[in-house]
Formats: sequence, C-alpha cells, structure tokens
Amino acid sequence: MSIENLKEKEFLIKINEAKTLAEIESLKSEIFGKNGLMTHEFKKLGSLPEEKRKDFAKKLNELKSNFINLIDDKIFEFENKEIENKLKQEKVDITLPIRPHQRGKIHPVSQVIDEISSIFSEIGFSVAEGPDVETEYNNFTALNTPDHHPARDMHDTFYLDKNKRLLLRTHTSPVQIRTMMSQKPPFKIIVPGRTYRCDSDQTHAPMFHQLEGLHIDKNITMGHLKGCLNHFIKEFFEIKNVKMRFRPSHFPFTEPSAEVDIGYKIENGRIVVGEGDKWLEILGCGMVHPNVLKNVKVNNKKYKGFAFGIGIDRLAMLKYGINDLRAFFETDYRWLSHFGFDPLDVPTNYRGLSK
Amino acid sequence: MIITIPWLKEHLKTKAKDNEIIDKLTNIGLEVEEVKEGFNQLTDFKIAKILKVEKHPNADKLKVCDVDIGGTETLKVVCGAPNAKSGLITIYAPPGAVIPKTKFQLKIAKIRGVESKGMLCSESELNLSNESDGIIELKNRVNDIGKSYFKNKSENIVDISITPNRADCLGVRGIARDLSSSGIGTLIPIRNINIKKPIKHRIKTSIIKDRLQGCTSFGSCYIKNITNKESPNWLKKKIYALGLKPISAVVDITNYVMFDMNRPLHAYDADKIDKQIIVRTSKEGEEFDALDGQRYKLKKGMCVITDQSSILGLGGIIGGTKTSTEIKTRNILLESAYFLPESIRKTARALNINTDAKYRFERGIDPNSVLDGLKIASNLITRICGGEVSTFIVSGKTSQKSKSIKFYIEKFENLIGISISPNEVQKILTSLGFSLKKIKNGFNVIVPTWRPDINEDVDLIEELIRIKGFESIKLIEPEKKRLNETLNFNQKLFHLSQRSLASKGYLETVTWSFTDSKIDSQFSKGEKSVEILNPISSDLNVLRRSIFSNLSIYLKKNQDRGYLDLSLFEVGPIFFGKNPGEQRIVIGGMRSGKVGRKSWLEKERKVDVFDIKSDVILSLMELGVEEKNIFVNENSTSSFHPGRSGSITFKSEKGPLLAHFGEIHPAIIKKIDFKEPNIYGFEIFIDNITQPDNKLRLSKKNLKSSDFQKSERDFAFVLDKIIKIGVLEKLIKEIDEKIIKQVNTFDVYEGDKIPKGKKSVAINVVLQSDEKTLNEKDLDSICKKIIEVVRDKTGATIRS
Repeated sequence: MSIENLKEKEFLIKINEAKTLAEIESLKSEIFGKNGLMTHEFKKLGSLPEEKRKDFAKKLNELKSNFINLIDDKIFEFENKEIENKLKQEKVDITLPIRPHQRGKIHPVSQVIDEISSIFSEIGFSVAEGPDVETEYNNFTALNTPDHHPARDMHDTFYLDKNKRLLLRTHTSPVQIRTMMSQKPPFKIIVPGRTYRCDSDQTHAPMFHQLEGLHIDKNITMGHLKGCLNHFIKEFFEIKNVKMRFRPSHFPFTEPSAEVDIGYKIENGRIVVGEGDKWLEILGCGMVHPNVLKNVKVNNKKYKGFAFGIGIDRLAMLKYGINDLRAFFETDYRWLSHFGFDPLDVPTNYRGLSK
Repeated sequence: MIITIPWLKEHLKTKAKDNEIIDKLTNIGLEVEEVKEGFNQLTDFKIAKILKVEKHPNADKLKVCDVDIGGTETLKVVCGAPNAKSGLITIYAPPGAVIPKTKFQLKIAKIRGVESKGMLCSESELNLSNESDGIIELKNRVNDIGKSYFKNKSENIVDISITPNRADCLGVRGIARDLSSSGIGTLIPIRNINIKKPIKHRIKTSIIKDRLQGCTSFGSCYIKNITNKESPNWLKKKIYALGLKPISAVVDITNYVMFDMNRPLHAYDADKIDKQIIVRTSKEGEEFDALDGQRYKLKKGMCVITDQSSILGLGGIIGGTKTSTEIKTRNILLESAYFLPESIRKTARALNINTDAKYRFERGIDPNSVLDGLKIASNLITRICGGEVSTFIVSGKTSQKSKSIKFYIEKFENLIGISISPNEVQKILTSLGFSLKKIKNGFNVIVPTWRPDINEDVDLIEELIRIKGFESIKLIEPEKKRLNETLNFNQKLFHLSQRSLASKGYLETVTWSFTDSKIDSQFSKGEKSVEILNPISSDLNVLRRSIFSNLSIYLKKNQDRGYLDLSLFEVGPIFFGKNPGEQRIVIGGMRSGKVGRKSWLEKERKVDVFDIKSDVILSLMELGVEEKNIFVNENSTSSFHPGRSGSITFKSEKGPLLAHFGEIHPAIIKKIDFKEPNIYGFEIFIDNITQPDNKLRLSKKNLKSSDFQKSERDFAFVLDKIIKIGVLEKLIKEIDEKIIKQVNTFDVYEGDKIPKGKKSVAINVVLQSDEKTLNEKDLDSICKKIIEVVRDKTGATIRS
C-alpha cells in the first residue's frame, strides 16, 4: 500500500484538533492544495500498473470524501459557533409592545343577522327587504289592522306627515305585503331590518331590529311553523334540546296567533337558555290571516302559511349575555370593542355559527 | 286587567291551587304579567302603645315617643300628631313599610336631628278614611300589642295582559269562563236577582239619530232616596286590589260592576240634571268639564250625553263635573249604555283621553248586557245605600242579534295539522258560550254577543286550538332544500362591506336612523330636511340625510370620554325624501386623531387623507370593483375640506359615483366642537356598484405572467404643481401597456431646491416583456419614450 498511512492519520488528528476556521482552511490546502497530500497521491495513479490502479483509485476517492466531510463538518461547526456568538449580542427585549394597531369589530346586531340568515338559508328562506319609511296602509291596514283597531295603540308610531299616512315602519311585517304584492307564490322569505316605535326607556329603544319570516305554500300547517321555529331556536342557541312553548296570543295579521317562550335559568348570575323553569318570550307567530292574503290578492283557498317576527337585538342579548338594549345604539368605543365580533368570524353552515 | 284569586272564585268553582290557575291563564292566552301578594305589606303594620312622650328638642310641633311594639325594646319614633300621648294605642309602621296612601317606603331617618325608627299612622295614611288630623286611636286592644293590625290574609293579585281582541276578558267573569273551558273548574251561574221597581222613571232619555251617532242603546234607571256613603270593607278591598281609590259606595259599585262583568256604568246626580237626557253628537267647539279636572274642547260629531242645557259627559269615555255624585247625593240616574267602538276610539284619540270605560267600549263589550248592568248595580246600591229603584228604560236598540258561522272540521285539520273530534269541538265551544247545531261535516255555530272578535271560521279554529293547547300540535321538521339564492347581489355587498371595513380596524356601529337636524344640516347643506312629526326628543327630530350626522355625534362623545384615535363605521340607510323608497344604503366611516400615538416603534403622525383614501379604495376592491375602474377625482361635497378630499367614480369622471372621501370640513369640526379636530371621513354608495355578469364573476381570467426578467427604472421629473400625479402615472402606463407593468410614485418634493410653482416627482417604473428578456437597448428606448411623452404632455423636465 503506497498511501502514506502515517500522514493520513496525522491529518485526521490535526483536523479533529483544529481550533479556528483559519487552521482548518490551512489544513484544507495542505491536503487538497497544489502540493497537497491528496494531489500528490492522485499523481501516483498514472504510474501504477493496470491491475492495481482501479483498486488504488477507489481507496483514494474514499479517503478524499472522508477528508471533505470531516473538514466541512468542522467548518460548519466553527461557522455556527461564530453565528451563535454574534446572535448573543443581538438580543432585543421581546416583551416590548407590538406595532400600533386598531382592531375592528362587527356590531353584535350584524353578527346575529348573519347567523340568522345562515340558519334560514339552509332551510330555503331568502332574504327580502323593504323601505324604513312605509305607508300607513302597508304597515297596518293591509295587515288586517284597520284604522279603528285597538292593536294600533300597541305600536307607538313615528309619523312623517300630518295625515298620518307616512310613517316609520313599526315592524318588518309590511315587507310581507310588498313581497306578496310584487311576486307570485310560493313565498319563503326572512326580512331582517330596522323598526321604529316612539318609546324610549331602559328596555325600549326608539329603533330596534326585527326579523320577519313568511312561508306561504300549498299544504302548510301549524306543524310546519312549529318545526321551523324549533329548528331555528336550536341552531341559533347552538344547543341540542330547547324547552320551548307556544302560548296563544293575538296579532291582527295571523290567526291562530302564538307567542313563543323558551325556558331559561340563571346560573352564577348568567342566563342559561334552553333549560330551567323560567320562561322568556322571544317571538310572535301564527298562521297568516286569510284577510291578509285577500288584501295582497293571493288565493287563500289554495295557499296558506305562517309568519313570525323575532326581536333581533333581544336574541343577541340572550345569546351573548348583553344586559342593556340601549347600549347597542350608543356607539361607546368600549362597548363596541368588548361586545363586537372579529371580522373573520363569519357565521357559516359548515363551520358553525360562532367560534 | 287585574284580578284577585278570591274574586275569580266568586265566578269559578275550582279546587285548583293558585299557581295552577296562574299557569293555566297563560296557557290559554291570558298572559299573566305579574303576580303580587296583595295586602301582604300591610302585615307590617303593628298595633303599638305609646309609653312616653317628650317634646322634640329642635321643633315645637314634633314629639319624640317611646313606643312598645310587643318586643323587648322600646322604639323612639318622632311624631307630629297633636293627639300623641302616653298610653295611647295606635298603629305603628316600621322602616321598610310602604304607606298605602302615599306609596312611600319608610326609612330610618333623622327628623330635625332626632332619629325616628318608623312612624305612627293616621287613618288617612292607611287609606282607612280621610281622617288625617291625628294618629289612629284604638280602643280595647291592649292585649294585641305587637300583632298585625290588618287581619286580611294575603291574596294573590294577578295582572293579566289581555290582547286587544279579548274584550270579554276585561271582566273577572269572562276570565272565569275561559278558565272553566280549559277544564280547571266550572262557571258559577249568575244568581237571578229579582229587583223591586216601585217607582216611575223620572227622567226622559232619548238618542238623536245622526249619521255619526256613536250610541246605539241608552239604558237607565232612577234611584231615589239613597244614602251615599263610604263603601263597606269587602268592596273597598276589591277597589284597592284594582289599584283604585275608593270614593263612595255609588262610584265604587259602578267600578266594581265594570271590572266584574265588563259592564261600564255611569251614575249621575239626578238632581243636577236639567230635565232630561239627550244623547247627541257634539258641535264643533263645544266645551265640557270632565271628572279628570280637564276642560275639553270638542270637535264635531263626538258622542255626548247632555241635558236640556249642557254636556254632562262624553258617552262611554268620561263623565262631567256638573252631574257628578257626591257623598250627599240623594237621587241618582244610573246609566248602562252601548257605544260603538269606532266612535269611542275616534273621540278618545282626538282628545287624548284614556279611561277604563273607554278601554272596554273601544274593544267591544256585550251589547246585550245593558239590562243586566242596571240590575246588578241597582241591587247593590239599594243594598248598601238604601233607596228605591225605578223601572228600567232603554232608548235605542234593546238587543243585538248573534252572528252565526258555518264551521267545517276539515278546515281545522288543514290549518293546524292535527285532527279534532266533533265531540271536542262541541265541548270547547259550548263551554265558551257558543251554541252549536250539527250540519254535514261540521256545525252551525252561534257566537255569543260578548265575543265581537269572532267573525269567521278561522277565529273558531283559534279558539279550539287555544283551549286544546298548542302542545298537541306535532312539529314537522323543515326540509333542507333551497330554491332561491339567500342573498341578492346588493345584500351580499352589504354584509361583505361590514367585514371589509372591520378588517381595516374600524369598529362597526349601529345608530338611529334619525338624528339632530342641527348636525344633519351641516352635512346636507342646501337640502330639505326630512322631519319626523312626533320625534322622541327635539335632538332626534329628522331622518338622517347624511351618514356623517350620527357618526360625528358619537365620535365626539367618545372623544369626550378620552378616546381620540378612533375609526368608526356604519352601514345603513340615509333618506332624501319622506316617501317610501326615498332612501339609499351608505357605508359611512370616520377616523380621527393620530396613527402610532405614543408608540416606541413608530413615529406618531396625524391620520391623513391618504389613510382614508386607502381604506376606501381597498374596500371598493374587496367589494369587487376592479382597480382599473377606480377613477379618482377632486370633486367632493361641502362636508369636506375642499383641498383635501375627492370622489371615486366608476371608470371615468362621468361614471356612477362610488365614494366621497376626505378631511371633514374644518368649519363643521369647529361648529361641532370636537376635542380632537383631525377628522377624516368617507361615504361609499354601494347601491351604485354594478353587478358583474354572472359568468364573468364565476370564471376568473387567465393568469398571464411573464417568466422573462423584469427591470426597474427610476425617473425624477420636475413639473408644474397643478399637474396631477394620478394623471402623470396614467400617462406613463399608457405609453406601452405590454411592457410597463407598474408605475409607482415614491417621492414628491416641493421647496427651495426647485423653482417656485414646480414640484419634483420620483417615479419607479417596472418593465417586463411577455416575449423576451429586455436588453439595454430595449430599456433605453422605452425610457427615452417615457421622458419624451411626459415632457411633451406636461412640460416636465428630467431632474439630474
């Protein structure tokens, strides 16, 4: 064997013991440089007899890659050490505050309207709209509430003209009228929107939000109404079982009419919806009165159906534990930041309503 | 409607417990709003003995009494009554007690420096009589000291919310009837009263025929020689339970019959009536003094009860002072009449009067109860006050025919979704007072006259399911099938815009659709305001013409709370007329204050017009407006600083208006007096964003991206100040759209180093070909072209 075994070992030790990058670099040239060890050995190749040459070359190549690996590892080790030393000098106080920013939020009313729309979308309702200013006819008369009807007293109405023909809608129900007048049955709509009553105290705001629902088709019964609302309430409050009761009531535009209560209890000062032995009224509903269908020229022998009205603000308060209705409309920075929703928190069917 | 359970049981035979009755009421549609324990508070009032009386050290007329209330301690009570003396047995009210007359709750208080634990009561304070000169003096009660004075056991007072259709339940008996139908007891039949009518009716009554006549039936009797007095305890108790004040036996009885039977009555002092009663319609401008102390000026056509000389009352609404009964009244005329609901409602609304009688007549009482009312009331009056009753006389209609409705059972099943047996129909309706005759597949149903709300078969269906119970309806799970899109294009934009702005750091708010005209006019100069006739307050008196009105009101409020750096937005309607549909949806936003205030990282700076411009443009792009279609120009409105504002239109200056943005006009800021005056705003008119073609919307354009090397070149032009950078950028872009991929201004300088009236603009241009790598020659040639075109079109020179 003509490789200088001694030298090989000597270099292996030297590489191992090198203490600086410079030492390694000089070893590298001693091995691979013009007059280096390996260059020297490779030169021998030509003078070797044919039969030995192949074997020698193989061994040389192994040795070469062995050296290269050892040297590279060593260089990597030194470079790493150098970076580490440098990084030790670059320490920042990571607890310092982040860049100035403002977090935008979605108002709870908007969030809840999105949630509601998502639920009703799945069972085939479309969103309809109507103007905030309404005629007295659409708001009352067409809804089977003629001028002398005492039910009108229950709506403290804002008027825009002396003859009381123009008003701010007191409920979203006139959109029922507008939709049925302008389209053909069947109807399956929800109407979220602003509504107005001139009433203002701790629990009443002069403006609030309602969700109207209307489903008119052949063969719709009160069983469908019950199923629809039961589905909605379960989905909205994101609970499997809801204690719910239908209680007879009166609205001029539905017959029979009912109010729906859900069970609740107070636990640790917070309201728990769906169970417990207290009842909370959350919506009004009923089968559309034949007179209403007559007024919008829908054949009431062929078509019938149900309607309902839900207080959106009230639902938001219940679901998200908000106590004060009036604060919804007071634009207090602190309130909006606290009760508002992240803009990325979009309610959807597949992902669920809330985070 | 207020009832007490014992009162209810005068009409309903039942063994049900109070809470069962209360639950049942709600279940059949008579919603119980509140259950109060009546008289319970009165158990606080104790029989007490004054042990010692001393003069109050600081007041001549006050005394300090040592009072024994049966316990181990004696209490010091300050008292002003002249008759307070040692040894007197009287009634003591402890702190916490509510004085029945004043409804005032007692507290331990210092009276002229001396602490008083409670109070000694007069009869008047306990509503026992009008005696208020001194405290009550009890005799022979030495052994009762410490006991409650009032023996009444607590009885539940139930407040029921009666829906406007259920006039019949505005009397205790009607409620009892409904309960009996629900199976909770049986209705006790009315005892037949045989009343002697020994004398003649002395006062002639008549109803004048008139198109507007609101009275169809006027029944009355004359009662002679009564002794009007304080009501007996059983009656007073009922009157108190109703929340009313006992007045005299005659008045209390008429009230009692009204609440018991839903039969309003009125008693006149017959001696004050001038000869006869004439029921007529009023003339325009007639005046009348009512029992509520008001003088009303009447309009033409209101139903009035008059005598020969003047108006005695507004029929069915309120009586007058002229013929009001008093304790000394000897002879009365008792009225039991029927007034038409519409007439009552019209009059009461015009005069703004609300009374218990009006409330009942307007909903519709039983027109056939005229004689029953006279019978029951005159019987009670003679029992309590003595006297003799005349024959009953009715002017007008004596009775009204009942309605009849054909009812087919199948209709119930079709509407409700469950079946009902003919037997059940018969049982429920009969118990509610209907009479039924069988016909094929149903019944002919006669409606009792006390149910004016029942007009057609669907009303009967409601009665049936109400009593049968909604819980018997089987629910049908909804089908998960969608026929139409949930949201249309504009609705999608509405929801998207909220998320778009909130993701830029804006807080969404929802404010009233109305606002303060003083603020609104600032933002809608020269436009007519849309006034509300009956606003909730004078600072919410118009529908908002601008989205900025409320935003600035609330921005100011937040600034006043110390929050200066704010971004708020609202998506909602603004109004440009008072007709339905004269409104549009606007996204409005406002930003105030600074960016990076008190940051260790960033240099703080004021929010500026380019912050607001970025927000608007990015939002428009997120709402689907392509960048190339966003046309920015200088036009804006008087709401903005004329030099720091602009508009965005679609494609060109003449395109649909998409937005305004800029600094809010300093004059407005001064007027509203903001604490932090650096305020910017924008309005985006989403209704003007056009819906893209559905196919284009769904399939995206092919992506063209070049793999050849891109190069950048910077240019520095010196040009006239008036030349718009936007125009300059556009000019350069259009030189060769295939190669000039991007044009971006990265510096603008005006100042000493360049000539007056000029500005220096540094522009970076990105060059890239889709066909080859551009060589130096290509690049030089395009750069040369850029310089030439800019120079020719704007007169700019290149800055070296």
